[in-house]
Amino acid sequence: MTEALQQLVNGLALGSIYALIALGYTMVYGVLRFINFAHGDVFMLGAFAALFLYPLAGGQPSVGGAILVLVLAMAICAAIGILIERLAYRPLRDRPRLNVLITAIGVSLLIEYGGQHQAMLGKDPRTFPDLLPATQFSIGGAVFGSHQLVVLALTLLLLIVLRFIVLKTRIGTAMRAVSFNPQAAALMGVNINVVVSFTFGLGSALAAAGGILYAMNYPSIEPLMGVMPGLKAFVAAVLGGIGNLPGAALGGLVLGLIETLVKATRWSNYADGIAFAVLILILLFRPAGLLGKTEVEKV
Amino acid sequence: MLKVERLFPKFSEALRLMKPTHNIALACLLALSLAGCKKSDENTSAATTIKIGEYTSLTGKEATFGTSSHNGTQQAIDEINAAGGVLGKKLVLITEDTQSKPGEPATVVRKLIFRDKVVAILGEVASSRSLEGAPVCQQNKIPMVSPSSTNAKVTEMGDFIFRVCFIDPFQGTVMANFAAKTLNAKRIAIFTDVKSDYSKGLAKFFKERHLANGGTITAEQDYSGGDKDFKAQLTAIKATNPDAVFVPGYYTEAGLIAQQAKQLDLKAPLLGGDGWESSKLVEIGRESMEGHYFSTHYAPEVASPLSKAFVENYKKRFNETPDALAANGYDSALLLADAIKRAGSTDGQKIRDALAATKDFEAVAGKITINAKRDADKSAVVLQVKDGKFKYLQTVAP
Repeated sequence: MTEALQQLVNGLALGSIYALIALGYTMVYGVLRFINFAHGDVFMLGAFAALFLYPLAGGQPSVGGAILVLVLAMAICAAIGILIERLAYRPLRDRPRLNVLITAIGVSLLIEYGGQHQAMLGKDPRTFPDLLPATQFSIGGAVFGSHQLVVLALTLLLLIVLRFIVLKTRIGTAMRAVSFNPQAAALMGVNINVVVSFTFGLGSALAAAGGILYAMNYPSIEPLMGVMPGLKAFVAAVLGGIGNLPGAALGGLVLGLIETLVKATRWSNYADGIAFAVLILILLFRPAGLLGKTEVEKV
Repeated sequence: MLKVERLFPKFSEALRLMKPTHNIALACLLALSLAGCKKSDENTSAATTIKIGEYTSLTGKEATFGTSSHNGTQQAIDEINAAGGVLGKKLVLITEDTQSKPGEPATVVRKLIFRDKVVAILGEVASSRSLEGAPVCQQNKIPMVSPSSTNAKVTEMGDFIFRVCFIDPFQGTVMANFAAKTLNAKRIAIFTDVKSDYSKGLAKFFKERHLANGGTITAEQDYSGGDKDFKAQLTAIKATNPDAVFVPGYYTEAGLIAQQAKQLDLKAPLLGGDGWESSKLVEIGRESMEGHYFSTHYAPEVASPLSKAFVENYKKRFNETPDALAANGYDSALLLADAIKRAGSTDGQKIRDALAATKDFEAVAGKITINAKRDADKSAVVLQVKDGKFKYLQTVAP
């Protein structure tokens, strides 16, 4: 019983990280109808930004320092995200969507392998410092750390903030308008460039937050660390219904739970395989994902 | 017969006809012969040096292994050269980085053999990658000496493949005996990296000896090298309530595993092999590494005069205490140089025979005798992590 409870906690902790990354994926898709494959790499850059900022923020585990590092790293990655959009995606905006998709894969590979160069981040794994003082809790025999709680809380907080931005603010209204019909939005006086830049900035900031929280839980970081979590988060986003914010959070949690439960058995080698098989099954029976709505493509 | 005789003049006539009309072909020939000249120049320089190839993981996941090993090797080569070299010639070490990546070893070993024309090869540290490089060396009859690959299969690749370290059956046995006799652990769980030949080999032999010692295996769980989250498997292991957990992996994962084991309140000590020995182990695992044990090739505390001099010079040069990988790297170069000396030649076959005949060779990490399987018969040491340092516990003879 204790074991089952502990596995549930493990699954939720892993899932909430996937959920956090999936939020950024799904938001960019929701507005631009475009999958930003470089998301997992901005996630990695976020972790490295925090590593380099850490000595500036005192070099000691503290709540204030952690918030400072988090906010600064998010700002840096937002700038990187806007830059990527400006340089790589904007020139292709009027081209077929496939061009942008392939460019996104190119950007992703550029960051991964450029980052591995010795003059950039280097291939060797680095140790991520303790940003926050860590404590342990125990409920009914199941143990969990404060870091895992922070991840869960931050995921929920960011979900609410994102929902608020998208649904209640002026820029959010503009985002929805661009998502609905870019031409019409432009004719109504919405500055599309600003909206798209903002979306990318916000998505990249979320990726950075995800990267830092991931590195806090698994403190060994390297330039390829974003590949698997990025892929899993993409699956989570599709699982929950891509473009749907609560769907991404739900998808992440479900994926984390499935993975943990499989790993707890003797088939731990097949954990990734089974996770992806679940994706295929769900898409067969619910093509729009768990919370997604089926849309009719207008011709 | 007649026909053949007639053919020859015709052929030479054709050649005579071709020459004036094919100036370009002549130019090409000339260029080729010039290139040939350049090559023979290199050959004359080979008269004063002996080229030795090294392939190792200088970057990537196992970078600290490769770097330590390379430092040790380089130091040995430099010391040998300072003492006058081998057969009156200086040794030149040509190093290639495998980036800790599968697929790289075969390519870089080919490069060493065909482009650099090395007479022998040292490397790799990791077993999986030695297994990729060894067939190329064997095919081309170039002797290869691995400093630290402990998987039994490595030297089974052929009679040109050697190593200066012990093998997994021995290391697995050492840890199983240590668990039974010193820790008095009966119920042990095994947590293996299924992507690594080294890890699987160690787990297999540990299990065999542990069962033979009358112990039980409570759980066998797997992970894949590169994984970050081990909590699911560790929770399952914890539920079986083991006295100790054997984690025969590499340091990156071992550090994370120790940390997550502590977070899950898994109190059983972790046991590992020489794949743990890296300063990164404690850097990643931090205080959660405290009290865990692993077996390895060498501890600086066990001092022979040779080892003392090695530790001193290494410290002076690289500003750190040498680990087992550095000692093995040093020994591999020392043994190879000695074999070339005994062979009296740089011929691959002769070096091989000299290597195979090695007996009671005095090296830094203990006396080396190359056995019939081309492995080194050597003792192992067990270390414990204490205050962030590796503390020597005991030596286990073969």
